[in-house]
Amino acid sequence: QRCLSLIKSTKFLNAYITVAEETALKQAEESEKRYRRGQPLGVLDGIPIAVKDNFNTAGIETTCASNMLKGYISPYNATVVQKLLDQGAVLLGKTNLDEFAMGSGSTDGVFGPVRNPWSYSRQYKEKSVPKSHSEDKDSNWVITGGSSGGSAAAVSSFTCFAALGSDTGGSTRNPAAHCGVVGLKPTYGLISRHGLIPLVNSMDVPGILTRCVDDAAVVLGSLAGHDPKDSTTIQDNFKLFELPNLTDVSKLSIGIPKEYHAPGLSSEILALWSKAADLFKNAGAKVIEVSLPHTRYSIVCYHVLCTAEVASNMARFDGLEYGHRSDMNKSTESMYAATRREGFNAVVRGRILSGNYFLLKQNYENYFIKAQKVRRLIANDFVKVFGSGVDILLTPTTLSDAVPYTEFIKEDNRTRSAQDDILTQAANMAGLPAINVPTALSERGLPVGLQFIGRSFQEKQLLTVAKWFEKQVKFPTIQLEEVKRHDHGVFQHQKSGNLKQISKP
Amino acid sequence: MAAAAARGCGGVWRRAWQRGAGGPAPRGQRALACNVRAGAVPAGKSGLAPWVPVVGLEIHAQISSNSKLFSGSQVQFAAPPNSLVSFFDASLPGTLPVLNRRCVEAAVMTGLALNCSINKKSLFDRKHYFYADLPAGYQITQQRVPIAVNGSLSYSLCIDNKMSQMVTKTVRIKQIQLEQDSGKSLHDDTRSQTLVDLNRAGVGLMEVVMEPDMCCGEEAAAAVRELQLILQTLGSSQAVMAEGQLRVDANVSVHHPGEPYGVRTEVKNINSIRFLAKAVDYEIQRQIEELESGRTILNETRTFDSKLGCTVPMRDKEEKQDYRFMPEPNLPPLILYDAKSLPANMNHQQVVNIDWIHERLPDLPSVKRAKLVEQYGILPEHSFTLLNEDGLTEFFEDVIKQTQMKPKKVIGWILKDLLSYLKQYSLTVKESPVSSFLLADLLNHLEKKEISSTAAKQVFAELWKGEGKTPLEIIKEKKLQLIQDQKDLEQICQAVIDGQENEVMAIKAGNRKVLNKLIGLVQRETRGRSNPVLVKQLLEKKLSE
Repeated sequence: QRCLSLIKSTKFLNAYITVAEETALKQAEESEKRYRRGQPLGVLDGIPIAVKDNFNTAGIETTCASNMLKGYISPYNATVVQKLLDQGAVLLGKTNLDEFAMGSGSTDGVFGPVRNPWSYSRQYKEKSVPKSHSEDKDSNWVITGGSSGGSAAAVSSFTCFAALGSDTGGSTRNPAAHCGVVGLKPTYGLISRHGLIPLVNSMDVPGILTRCVDDAAVVLGSLAGHDPKDSTTIQDNFKLFELPNLTDVSKLSIGIPKEYHAPGLSSEILALWSKAADLFKNAGAKVIEVSLPHTRYSIVCYHVLCTAEVASNMARFDGLEYGHRSDMNKSTESMYAATRREGFNAVVRGRILSGNYFLLKQNYENYFIKAQKVRRLIANDFVKVFGSGVDILLTPTTLSDAVPYTEFIKEDNRTRSAQDDILTQAANMAGLPAINVPTALSERGLPVGLQFIGRSFQEKQLLTVAKWFEKQVKFPTIQLEEVKRHDHGVFQHQKSGNLKQISKP
Repeated sequence: MAAAAARGCGGVWRRAWQRGAGGPAPRGQRALACNVRAGAVPAGKSGLAPWVPVVGLEIHAQISSNSKLFSGSQVQFAAPPNSLVSFFDASLPGTLPVLNRRCVEAAVMTGLALNCSINKKSLFDRKHYFYADLPAGYQITQQRVPIAVNGSLSYSLCIDNKMSQMVTKTVRIKQIQLEQDSGKSLHDDTRSQTLVDLNRAGVGLMEVVMEPDMCCGEEAAAAVRELQLILQTLGSSQAVMAEGQLRVDANVSVHHPGEPYGVRTEVKNINSIRFLAKAVDYEIQRQIEELESGRTILNETRTFDSKLGCTVPMRDKEEKQDYRFMPEPNLPPLILYDAKSLPANMNHQQVVNIDWIHERLPDLPSVKRAKLVEQYGILPEHSFTLLNEDGLTEFFEDVIKQTQMKPKKVIGWILKDLLSYLKQYSLTVKESPVSSFLLADLLNHLEKKEISSTAAKQVFAELWKGEGKTPLEIIKEKKLQLIQDQKDLEQICQAVIDGQENEVMAIKAGNRKVLNKLIGLVQRETRGRSNPVLVKQLLEKKLSE
């Protein structure tokens, strides 16, 4: 209930597309009863969770922030949603995103951009010097990053304890970095994609956004494992783990891939990155510079593969079985064309066009096949580095802190995505687990995060290291003054954000 | 334009005939000429090198399985529209394909039966095109690495119409690939709307690609018939063409010997084996006529109009399609195992073991035929007829088990009497009113010489009425027993001799043929109840007295 009222008071953030008030209250009630009977369903029972609006939720609208699916109510739950509900989690609502998860700002959805909660924090207001147009306070708000910006904002603004995002090229880690939360992209195949409306099937993974690493581990534990409905999930049963409190990092070998010193990397983040490396070194870990030589080709190939699959995946939206259908009825073909023109925004249409171009018979070899080959090289780079004894890679998550919306929209979606995914998409190309850990505040008082990339299916090791790091950096809590006025008391309760420490309110 | 008019359908064959000597040889004759004889078709009056027709086939066989290729919805013919559609079949966003093991096994079985090498690793691809009955906008198929490759199929056909001379030919099988079926569109032109039924969408298909090793409609038809029998024997497909479980597209071209293949056309919409032969022969003739009139063949898709007996260009496929193939990212490579590669700890239910399937293959039609010929001493062509009718072999063998009559004689009853009755009444073997038990019973009476074969045919006709009488009851009722009392028979013979003075004179003069007439008269007198051998003896004895 507190979360629901908090959602209302933070409505201006535009984090949610749909708030499932009624069903959430009902679920909370049921959970309450279970607790009274002393039979909770598990650690997640009664825990309020938000889900990105590209996961199917039975009975609750699933829009992908697109006209194409506005009003679409799915008849089934995505496997991850079902797993959460089965464990008693309370589904608060569906969070905002870029249309069909195509973007890195959460600015290109049909429901409008998501505002970064940190725009309204005391930290940001104190540090960002109001410029000439200071009277226009509202124009200073910064973006959340994307495409899971709604989920990141929801977690960051305390409206839920955890949120599901999706991560295809960085869509969970990028907004997590900008919103100062933990964003975990698990290994491809560890969590079922069934019910996640795909962007790129071969790279998509459900992402987990929480306020601390321990929470991410708990949510991961409840979602991971084989799903007969997703043939790409691993067959072996996932072993639940609890994260140990690492005290000794001396046996660890941390790799610093030099190629991640990418053009455009802000000096602030560069400094933070080397500070983090020093942190490990000083604690006794082995820190070595490593090379992933094919990294620089990664983003280009990512775009070829991404758009090709987008072109294919979007083919089903033809207005026949579901979703938007144009009134145009001259012929089936003209209906298709009008439906798709009206249903998709320019970004989606652009990616469909380029994807189809890459898949044309005369281009297939030169683009798609080549990109796939390079993808293999990129994956092999990681295999080599991990084979050489490196346990975890440490990199920045983003090139800089979040930029104001007015700044962000000066560049088109394609340019932005190419810049913003540059440090994150390689992990998707290789299918590796990666996590953003909020590290510090920038000079402007905005969160900055660093990324850890781990070995395939070695989430436990990755999260353990991330947890140790999280403990060292002591990332500050967001001071949401405006909201605090409305909801006094909630914050004391939720500050720690640790699921296991929070009993039912 | 004359040719075009002639092809304009409706009485095509007649008009072609009427053109007579001036034009190319009439179609009917040409088509016959092509039959089997190495495939070369003599050129028309032009006197150039003969034409060689080349025919390849693409056959889609619907897999006989409880559920679809990638979803759990049921497979059933003629169910109410859209009643067998899962979320995946309707391409709801977020749904993923899950491969049906049964379909994989059916394809492996079929591949083995067609002497293919089975790929232990095969891949799935997406083939994109927009069509109302293709909900996802792409079909999942196996374009790059199909499940089975490089096989062959032997089939036989008769050289003349009398089923007496069979030749065996072989067609190479290029590949067998697994793929999804599409839904069905119904166009309502009066209300200008299209209705879509997705019951068929996602049903598993095996696409069997036959190399262009055939040269006429008869060969194509015989090859497909053999394939159909194999599929039905394996149970991998019900392969009923009328229900669309077996769909055949024919690629046809003609060229001169020693020259490269001609431009080919693809003929679709062929829904019976008979029409396949017709469509292919028509298309061969059409192409020859086009070329001989100095025109060219377009690489196009044509449809067979069974009512008009000709092929016509398909309108909606004019645009060249680029299918933009792409690997299906939601399905890992399909891995099959054999006894050697099977991991020890693998759950048997989870893997497909090629060797295991191989060991359990049923006898294929060719083996069954050979066994029939060997076991029962029947003619090879009879074995073809037995296998061609569903259930006839079983019927034949059941009769043999229950009668003392020799199989060689039984086969005559099966093929001449039973089969012609079935054909006349358009019944299947299962629907026959005369069961194998009744026929065996009847044949036993015949074998014991209780009735003549003429009488036996009468009994059979009575049994066909299905009134529930036994052969014995009918024999008694109609008084068809052979006259066992020799004195009675002698009297009848004497009466016949007495009444036919001229004939008796002729016989005595040495014309033995006339004796048959007397035998016939005795038969008539006894209403078929006399044993002709005995009658002959008696007559001869009396005439020599």
